[in-house]
Amino acid sequence: MNYIIGAFKPPCDIFVTFSDERCRKQVAVKKDNGKTAMVPAFQSLETIAGEVSIAPVPGKRIEHMGVKIELLGQIELYFDRGNFYDFTSLVRELDVPGEIYERKTYPFEFSTVEMPYESYNGTNVRLRYILKVTIGRNYVGNIVECRDFCVRNYSPLPSINNSIKMEVGIEDCLHIEFEYSKSKYHLKDVIVGKIYFLLVRIKIKNMELEIRRRESTGSGPNTYVETETLAKFELMDGAPVRGESIPVRLFLTPYELTPTYRNINNKFSVKYYLNLVLVDEEDRRYFKQQEINMFRLDEIPQPS
Amino acid sequence: MLPDGGGDDEERWLAEGIAGVQQNAFYMHRALDSNNLKDALKYSAQMLSELRTSRLSPHKYYELYMRAFDEMRKLEMFFREETRRGSCSVVDLYELVQHAGNVLPRLYLLCTVGSVYIKSKEAPAKDVLKDLVEMCRGIQHPLRGLFLRSYLSQISRDKLPDIGSEYEGDADSINDAVEFVLQNFIEMNKLWVRMQHQGPVREKDKRGKERNELRDLVGKNLHVLSQIEGVDLEMYKENVLPRISEQVVNCKDDLAQFYLMDCIIQVFPDEYHLQTLETLLSAFPQLQPSVDIKTVLSQLMDRLSNYAATSPEVLPEFLQVEAFAKFSNAIGKVIEAQVDMPVVGAVTLYVSLLTFTLRVHPDRLDYVDQVLGACVKKLSGKEKLEDSRATKQIVALLSAPLEKYSNIVTALELSNYPRVMDYLDNATTKVMALVIIQSIMKNTTCISTSDKIEALFDLIKGLIKDMDGAQDDELDEEDFKEEQNSVARLIHMLHNDDHDEMLKILCTVQKHILQGGPKRLPFTVPSLVFSALKLVRRLQGQDGDVTGEEVPATPKKIFQILHQTIEALQCIPCPELSLRLYLQCAEAANDCDLEPVAYEFFTQAFILYEEEIADSKAQITALHLIIGTLQRMNIFGVENRDTLTHKTTGYSAKLLKKPDQCRAVYACSHLFWTDDQDGIMDGERVLLCLKRALRIANAAQQMANVSKGSSGSVILFIEILNKYLYFFEKGIPQITNTVIQDLIELIRTEKQNDSSASDPSAEAFFASTLRYIEFQKQKGGSIGEKYEQIKAS
Repeated sequence: MNYIIGAFKPPCDIFVTFSDERCRKQVAVKKDNGKTAMVPAFQSLETIAGEVSIAPVPGKRIEHMGVKIELLGQIELYFDRGNFYDFTSLVRELDVPGEIYERKTYPFEFSTVEMPYESYNGTNVRLRYILKVTIGRNYVGNIVECRDFCVRNYSPLPSINNSIKMEVGIEDCLHIEFEYSKSKYHLKDVIVGKIYFLLVRIKIKNMELEIRRRESTGSGPNTYVETETLAKFELMDGAPVRGESIPVRLFLTPYELTPTYRNINNKFSVKYYLNLVLVDEEDRRYFKQQEINMFRLDEIPQPS
Repeated sequence: MLPDGGGDDEERWLAEGIAGVQQNAFYMHRALDSNNLKDALKYSAQMLSELRTSRLSPHKYYELYMRAFDEMRKLEMFFREETRRGSCSVVDLYELVQHAGNVLPRLYLLCTVGSVYIKSKEAPAKDVLKDLVEMCRGIQHPLRGLFLRSYLSQISRDKLPDIGSEYEGDADSINDAVEFVLQNFIEMNKLWVRMQHQGPVREKDKRGKERNELRDLVGKNLHVLSQIEGVDLEMYKENVLPRISEQVVNCKDDLAQFYLMDCIIQVFPDEYHLQTLETLLSAFPQLQPSVDIKTVLSQLMDRLSNYAATSPEVLPEFLQVEAFAKFSNAIGKVIEAQVDMPVVGAVTLYVSLLTFTLRVHPDRLDYVDQVLGACVKKLSGKEKLEDSRATKQIVALLSAPLEKYSNIVTALELSNYPRVMDYLDNATTKVMALVIIQSIMKNTTCISTSDKIEALFDLIKGLIKDMDGAQDDELDEEDFKEEQNSVARLIHMLHNDDHDEMLKILCTVQKHILQGGPKRLPFTVPSLVFSALKLVRRLQGQDGDVTGEEVPATPKKIFQILHQTIEALQCIPCPELSLRLYLQCAEAANDCDLEPVAYEFFTQAFILYEEEIADSKAQITALHLIIGTLQRMNIFGVENRDTLTHKTTGYSAKLLKKPDQCRAVYACSHLFWTDDQDGIMDGERVLLCLKRALRIANAAQQMANVSKGSSGSVILFIEILNKYLYFFEKGIPQITNTVIQDLIELIRTEKQNDSSASDPSAEAFFASTLRYIEFQKQKGGSIGEKYEQIKAS
């Protein structure tokens, strides 16, 4: 019986381990099946090193055409599912053709790998990094094992970070001025601002601040734009009068945000917007949308 | 109109709200018990979401709020535990609660954690408070905002960085505490005012009412301010009051202005008010015209005057800050600013100011006069007051000094007093005059100079004479009598021990009351006459001392005045009264040895009798009076006396009815026998009179016989018998026991003739007369001896 089962099982187990797996930061990543898994996180220009260990099923022998490990950066667009576009591809040959009788370990190293894009799992697009081990075989298919890892790139605090200040309104109806202290926010930042009511002739019921993510994929006529509201944050309850100023303080921590991605490999962009919405008593919505720039702040050296 | 059942709906909504609170509170408790912070936050936010309702009236909303409030106390305790255990730092917690998506629950939670934050002292109280009060701006809905801020105020009360508090920060921290409360107050007031302007117009009144229910939420802040230890006079003066009053003035809402001004006055100490009068008062003229300023200002003045009353050592301060001048000024400005203020309002203000003045500066009569003067100025250019409430206030205004000084004399020095009175209508003038008189009576004030009396009569002129255009037709007779009686009583209060001055007083009074017209004179003249006679008696008492000098006050002069006065009365005509007064004067003249004067008065009396008194009953009374008076006169020479007595007996015989004639005649007998030393003792004429009386009695008897077929009463005979007995005892030689014996027999015969109907009263009278004779006999002595010969039985 074992023979039969063994015939359909891969004849060996392949493990890919990173050399600093124990101490490396792990992040949660949502997988295709909806489950979250912890994967190690790297950033660009890090050296990715580790071991591949191949353990044949006891009593079996693997004849191969060579063993290699690839580091791939892939973009998958969902309207073109299954078709991966590799923007990064590095290969290391691990073994020359031969046979493996018993467990065998190969160290590997990709030094200072350029990984300009962050891993991203969006509505219509996914960007991922994998280590792919391939045992080449002649007659039967290759044995392939993939290991995901995550890339997060940190930015320093921007030297220029202007506030967003703007006066908007509907003539003789509503004039407001809003001010957000910054235009660039890191992911754990706080949006602080103020809304001034210069003229109020409509009966406002409440006011909220939304954080919206705009993901556009493809290019030219095939552009798909998906907008998603990630946060709805009520700022004000009731109708203000002229001269009131309403404080804004929105902590970004609870929301799953990513940095702003601009034109990643000509395939997609992810942008963030603050949308200020005023709702009147007849549930009409008046809004003004402002783009904000998101970035990932290096957490290790705490900015003072 | 709203359909009925609105109340039921509201009840239902409230019930739903409470159910929601309870349910979420239950889950929250469970989370708290299992130390599950995340769930605790989640359910508490859901619970607080019930407070987001817009459907409840303030009253019901309060109920819901209280439910949630109780639960929040527990949550706060949990937070405190949590941070103490170190499972979550308070800073993190402060951030964590701000993740809530809805603003109202978020802010309630933030305030709650803020309270824990301050307690933990991980951050200066002032920073946390500042943040909280700022963040609360997110609630612009008036009702919800008010309650949220009230919650903030509630949880922060014991955590202000006050002086001496454990949360006191650096040197300036008291400013932060004050700043915090002030800001919360200002925001709450804005919300409260805004409430009036939101929603449909037709429910405006209802909203006014609802707002009134909420006012204490706003006022509480002022209370908190007053409780802050560090708010000393300096700070109050420089910062607190100007800010509050700015807010009050600027909110331009009458309800708020009224309530808050009142609040300021109530919660802060009097001492502060006194020292900041200028600032405080400067706010008043800027208030909305519809604000009931008078009540508030009156309150303030009341409080300050109480303050002055309870601690007399602060009085110098009042002077120092010129409290009166400031009030006076402010009132002037308020009246100027509020053009539409009804007269009653203005007058009420003056009443308060006056009360204040009287209590604080009782010695400053000029202040009182100033107030009255200002009032006159306000009233000037107006007709007499029609508004009954204003009138009432003026009466109060005028009564106040009377009560205070309990001495009308003081009031008489107020030059503006009568000028204010001029604005009263006639009826009220009278009421006021009565009040004045009553005040005099009550305090038995003696007014002793003619100047003052002049002033006084000016005040009460409504009672003294008919006012122009007055309609006396509607006057109640009884009221009128009451009034005039008061005046009459008043006249007796005018007194001066100095005779000359007293004479002047009398002249003044006379001058005034003679203007009174026919209806008043009968009431007032007697008083004047008797008052004058009193003076005469006094003069007479010290006659010898003052002779020789040029004395203005002589009895003669007084009698002249009296004569004029009574003459005026006589013109009304009012003969009976005049006659009595003449007789009184005559008697007084008699005592002063002024024969011609006395004679003159008698002449006047006789003329009156002859010309004016026609009614037979009146004649009888008058005649008896004349006889009585004349009997006591002893200054007349023989000739004068004869003339007068002759006249009198003549009148007696001319009375209409025989019995009256008879009685008058026997009364005349007294004119000829006086007990005085040098008095007349003419037994002959006494007997003559008595005999004449008997004759008339006889005639009367016969007339009765003829007309009624039965003899008249024998009572006349018995009366004459008594006269006989009287003179018998006096020892008139012409009256002998035989005469009396005859008369007794006569009466007996008459009685027997008159068998048909015996008069029981006559019977008793006769019997007791006989008993008297017996009694005298038994008593013995000289009289008894005389009686011995009379057989009574």
